[in-house]
Amino acid sequence: MADKKTLAFLLMDAPYESARTTTAFRLIDAAARRGHDVSVFCYEGAVALSFAKQAPHANTVHGRDVAQEDHPNPKDWIIALTAQAEKSGGTLTWTNCGLCVDERGVGEAVAGVGRGSPVDFWKMAEAADNTLVIPTRG
Amino acid sequence: MNKKILQVVESAYRATIEEQDDTVMWFTHAIRGGGAQTAVLLRGHAVNYGVKGQDASGIAFGDKKQTQPPDLPGDLTRLIAKGVEVYVVEEDVEARGLVPTDLIGGLIPIKKSVVPGLMARFSLIWQW
Repeated sequence: MADKKTLAFLLMDAPYESARTTTAFRLIDAAARRGHDVSVFCYEGAVALSFAKQAPHANTVHGRDVAQEDHPNPKDWIIALTAQAEKSGGTLTWTNCGLCVDERGVGEAVAGVGRGSPVDFWKMAEAADNTLVIPTRG
Repeated sequence: MNKKILQVVESAYRATIEEQDDTVMWFTHAIRGGGAQTAVLLRGHAVNYGVKGQDASGIAFGDKKQTQPPDLPGDLTRLIAKGVEVYVVEEDVEARGLVPTDLIGGLIPIKKSVVPGLMARFSLIWQW
């Protein structure tokens, strides 16, 4: 694509805590579908987004079993976004802050997720056409 | 290529006891160590990071003591010593009943009205 861009995102919110995460995933999805190259750095609670042991659950309030509920796990969204990026001719690079992973014990990430430091995010931003930091608020 | 980054810090004292620092200050120290050209703008509650004499020591849960409490003004002082400019919004300082002598040395006070001009000097603005 002629106008292929490189975009860098920093996410900070833990899963299932904030609508900001869904908004971030929408933005990443839009970029992936357009074939842009996307780098994501997860800081603090956001490192749990890719935790491999996330599990869907049934929901008795909804009256649905596990299969019917089809509860979303962000790790599956990351896998799907990565596949979408490749399908569209782009790339999605997902990197977790290593120390943030260690202090939370969420080292088991889905395949393709890397480990890094703030310097890696700085390098992503240096290489990117634009950068968006989406921090935890409050 | 070395983009100049302004870190705008507004959310304050977020998990500082658990982290033993402010996570954005820590992040800024890390990227500065890697060679980034960066500055910090403290606004809102975060201007309080510049107040001298803060002491977060003494917390204990059961027998588990916090032996290395955060030292936010110390972290700022060390950041300034690394050549990082740290700005504070004057109106936000005044609104909290603080006066310049309450603050550590090396902070650069600026009026709210000149913040857009400050931002214009940077390639990237990261609002935390």
